[in-house]
Parts: sequence; C-alpha cells; structure tokens
Amino acid sequence: MAGVRTDLTTEGAVSAPDKTPDLGAIFLAFAKIGLTSFGGGLSGWMLREFVQNRRWLDEAEFLNGLSLAQAFPGVNVVNLAVWIGYRLRGGRGSLVAVLGMVVPAMFVAIGAAALFAHLSRFHATHVVLAGIGAAAVGLSLQMGVRAARRAARSAMPVAIMAAVFLAIFAFRLPLLWVVLVAAPASIAWAALHPPARAGRRA
Amino acid sequence: MHDNVLLRLLLVFVPLSFLTVGGGQSVVSDIHRQSVDVYGWLTDAQFLDLFALSRMTPGPGSLLVTLVGWQVAGWAGALLASLAIFAPSSLLVYGLARLWTRYRGAPWQRAVELGLAPVAAGMVLAAAFTVLSAAEGGVLAWIVAGVSAAVLLTTRASPFLLLGGGAAAFLLFRY
Repeated sequence: MAGVRTDLTTEGAVSAPDKTPDLGAIFLAFAKIGLTSFGGGLSGWMLREFVQNRRWLDEAEFLNGLSLAQAFPGVNVVNLAVWIGYRLRGGRGSLVAVLGMVVPAMFVAIGAAALFAHLSRFHATHVVLAGIGAAAVGLSLQMGVRAARRAARSAMPVAIMAAVFLAIFAFRLPLLWVVLVAAPASIAWAALHPPARAGRRA
Repeated sequence: MHDNVLLRLLLVFVPLSFLTVGGGQSVVSDIHRQSVDVYGWLTDAQFLDLFALSRMTPGPGSLLVTLVGWQVAGWAGALLASLAIFAPSSLLVYGLARLWTRYRGAPWQRAVELGLAPVAAGMVLAAAFTVLSAAEGGVLAWIVAGVSAAVLLTTRASPFLLLGGGAAAFLLFRY
C-alpha cells in the first residue's frame, strides 16, 4: 500500500497511508476528536487528524467517504466515523470509531448538563463559545474548499456544486429534497462522462 | 409507565435517524416538535437549554438527542435515545462500506463517487455559510472563520490554536 500515490496534485494533500492502526489507536483517535471538537466542525477535525496528521487515509479516500456520509441518511460525522473505521479495520473498526466518537462526548455532555446553570450565568462563556464556534466553521470551510477543488473537474460539476450551494444557502430549500434531486442527476452525468483513464484514480 | 417512555423515545428517534440528511441541524426542529409539542417531555425553556448545551460541549451536535433522553428518563433514556439516533443509520452506512469494498473500482462506484463529490462540496460550503449568517458576532464571525480556513489550507497549524484565536478575538472585540 505504501508509496503508490504520487498523483495527488492538490496543495497540502498528503499521500500514502503507510500503517494500519490497531483498534485501541482508532478508539483513542476518535475519542480525541469527540472530546476536543468544541464548536462543531467534526469532519474538519477528522480531515486534519486522519489525513494530514496521522496519514491513515489519503485525501481522496477521505473526501469520497465524506461525500457518501453527506448524501446518506444519518448524522454525518457518525456516518463518516463508520466509513473511516471500516476502511481502517473492517467492522470492528467501524464500531470502535463510533463508540470512541460518541461515548466519551456523551458523558461530558451529561456532566455539563448538571453544571449548565452555573456556566451559562456568565456572559463571557457565551462570547468565548461564539468565538470558538466561528473558528470551528473555518474547519468546515477549509474542508469545503478542498472538496470543491477536487470536485471541480469540469464545468458541469462546478454548476452542480453552485446550484446545491445556492439551493441550500440562498433559497433555504430542505436538504433532503436538494440531495434527492441533485445526487441522482449528478451521478447520472458522471456515469455518462467518465474521466480520462490516465487521470487520478481517487 | 417508565418502560412506555423508553419505548416512545425509540419510536421518536429511530425515524429521525433516517431523516437526518446533511447534518444533525436539519432535524433539530423535529426533535423540538416531538419532545415539546407532541409528548410534552420538556418545556420550551428546557429544550433551549439542552440545545445550547449540545452546542457548547464537544462532540457531535446530535448529542442533543442524548440530552433529551437523559432529561426524560435518566441514564436509560440517554442510552436508548443515543442508540435510536445513531445505530440505524450507522448500520446502513456500514452496509454501504462493505458493498464499496467488495466492488472496489467498479465503474458505477466511480460514477457515484464522482457524482456525489460536487453535491457534497456544495452542501459543506452551504452549511458553513448558513451557520455563519446565523452566528452571533456578525462580520467578526466571518473574519474569524475565513482566517482560520485560510490558515488551515496553507499551514499545518493546530486547530486548537485557531479555536483559541477565535475565542480571543471575540473576547477582545465583543466583550
């Protein structure tokens, strides 16, 4: 597996996952994300952690998983955890990834529920959280930019991307309907216009 | 009676598990409707507290469901509600992952991946913009998000640094 990927051209993209982590390492890595992702942006954290830092997956593989996690029903970040876990260690990898991401964070959330009355009394708490939240959107944004760069292989995907963006952000159409219309149309187009063989195998 | 509540939690959240497309935020209004209006498990104010809490703590935003379960029926409620929202769709994606591995490299798989890529990119960007336009902090929120995205795209800086920077910027300009 190691060292075969040299065709990635996106800046900052890293290639060649070179070692398969064990279940304990997978659990800890996901727990770290579940416990540190203040303000949201979990998929952005995952991209940073698994692709750029640990190099367990390459960027193309991650973004493929992201597309599927987005388009399929379920909580995105949990879908993505299932996907990545499976890619790393099969079914057990999936289970461990989801448990790592959800369970420790669940205890924190419930613990915080008990303290909530205290915390929310301070104005500073809200200000700090708003700032963290805004920076966390930056994580999603950089992931969106990376995904957009990779998706924009010709005029049609760019048009589809723009249409989806506008439908959701500007026209506030329900996500479910946007996906149900855009995904089949886009897949049909991609099926009819396969990329040149010499291109990147993602 | 108690068992009844646990069963209801399952019946409410399992369908929501499948209705969540593109992120947990899309079903928040449904969670609110069911737990406040339909079943009266929580008051409006309690719901808003739990919602704020789910945004405040790390981890998936959908832990809101866990908190609703906890409020309604303690630890058993938290556990059941979490299973109900996370397990069904996770099994679906698990099946998908198996299928993908089995037919790796098949032309239809390539088409699905290539076809979904622009849809997903559009969704991710739209979600980020939607959150920012609703965020407290107006222009400052856009600046902080834009700067942290730019830093993440061009350097290997730790996201912690950026979250801290965001908090500092807000304390400086908004407090």
